[in-house]
Amino acid sequence: MSLLTPDSGLLFWMLLSFGIVVFVLTKFGFPVIIKMVEERKAYIEESLLMAEKARIELQQVKAEGEQIIATARNEHKAIIAEAAELKDKLVKDARVQAQVEADKVIAESRRLIEFEKEEALRSIRKQVAEISVSISEKVLRTKLAEKGEQQAMIERLLDEINVSKS
Amino acid sequence: MSRFYKILFLILVGVVTLQTTYASEAQAAGEPLNVREFILEHISDSYEWHITKIGEKHISIPLPIIVYSQTSGWHVFMSSAFHHAPVHNGFTIAHEGASKGKIVEIDAAGKQTKPFDISITKNVFSLLFSSTILIIIILSVARSYKKGSYKPQKGFIAFMEMFIMNVNNDIIKPCIGKDYKRYAPYLLTVFFFIFINNILGLIPIFPGGANVTGNIAITFVLAICTFLIVNFSGTKEYWREILWPDVPLWLKAPVPLMPVIELVGIFTKPFALMIRLFANMLAGHSIVLGLTALVFVTVSLGPVMNTSMTVVSVVFSVFIAFVELLVAYIQAYIFTMLSAVFIGLARVEPHHKH
Repeated sequence: MSLLTPDSGLLFWMLLSFGIVVFVLTKFGFPVIIKMVEERKAYIEESLLMAEKARIELQQVKAEGEQIIATARNEHKAIIAEAAELKDKLVKDARVQAQVEADKVIAESRRLIEFEKEEALRSIRKQVAEISVSISEKVLRTKLAEKGEQQAMIERLLDEINVSKS
Repeated sequence: MSRFYKILFLILVGVVTLQTTYASEAQAAGEPLNVREFILEHISDSYEWHITKIGEKHISIPLPIIVYSQTSGWHVFMSSAFHHAPVHNGFTIAHEGASKGKIVEIDAAGKQTKPFDISITKNVFSLLFSSTILIIIILSVARSYKKGSYKPQKGFIAFMEMFIMNVNNDIIKPCIGKDYKRYAPYLLTVFFFIFINNILGLIPIFPGGANVTGNIAITFVLAICTFLIVNFSGTKEYWREILWPDVPLWLKAPVPLMPVIELVGIFTKPFALMIRLFANMLAGHSIVLGLTALVFVTVSLGPVMNTSMTVVSVVFSVFIAFVELLVAYIQAYIFTMLSAVFIGLARVEPHHKH
């Protein structure tokens, strides 16, 4: 039956055209396509890996940043606390010093007052003495008649003065 | 959806009416249809591309005839030359005998000899056409890549790329194994060659419809190529397993029973490939033609029977056409897969005995 016997003409053309098809497609067709698709696949995989890596790195950087911020915040707090402490100390110191200074001034003034008082007392005493002398003069001028009495009186007065002075 | 059914129904009615009228006319012309001839004529090769017959006029596309005669050398002429006279330059188409339907040369004594015939017949034309289409499609996909650009493709090229990679990754790779890359281009070529010829064979109008993959010469060449590749890529272990298999000694010496069986096996594998593809495609075409012939055969049974059988015929033809679409893919798939399996078997590595 002719269906089962290969026809020579068709065989010839089949060999020719199939040969050309195989040659062209195995040289310029499929290898190019497969290579390109595989390259693209590799590229996509690589890109995904890189993206994953970048994501992790970004996370790390973010964490680091957060840590830096946290440290900075702590330091900031510490600095503020320190400054407050320093301020307190300064104020305290100043107060203490002022106190000391004031005490000194007060002591000085007290001394001065004392001195002034003494001086005043001295001058008062002097004046009193002078006044007493002048009084005594006047008294003496008036009551000089009785000599004995005068003498006794003077004695008494002097004693009194001595008593008050000591 | 209902609109789709309406259109389908209208087409069906139209086709049925047309076919019945045509069949009645044919019947009226008084030519009882010889179904066997009708089918064989369509599935076998011919020197011209017969399209249709209107009234008594045959409409066909003439194809070039290229023959080499022992006595008068090369002759090239169009097949339409036979329309004017049955004998042209001493050549004619034999109507009976061993070379029925083929070009024969008639010498002065009336003796017929077969010239060397490489005419562009229907199958050859279809083969060249599909080969050109295939090369254009695959090269256009390959040329669409630009250096250093990994942008995904779009549209038809993306589809072809997916198709190619699917065949490459799901058929060739698992069947051959580790060095599949060497054989992938050839197997992909085989797959797409068979597939495009199968699909073109399903298109009933010019330039499709030729029964290319259902022709034994085509499948013969394909099988021979696979045979050569399988056996030339055979490893030492492959040949050892054929010539000195791991069977009891009495099976291989002194009578080399197993080696002979294995050697026969080398040839039966590609032979099976050849017959499988050929028979499947031939059968597919025959079924479609047979169902179509149903319309013409039932004319003699009266108009009622004829109309109902026409409906059946059209419905079944549509169904079979869908099945054939599937078969077109499956046959390409099977041929490629089995070729890959045979190559994989030939690439066998010696397994270490434990």
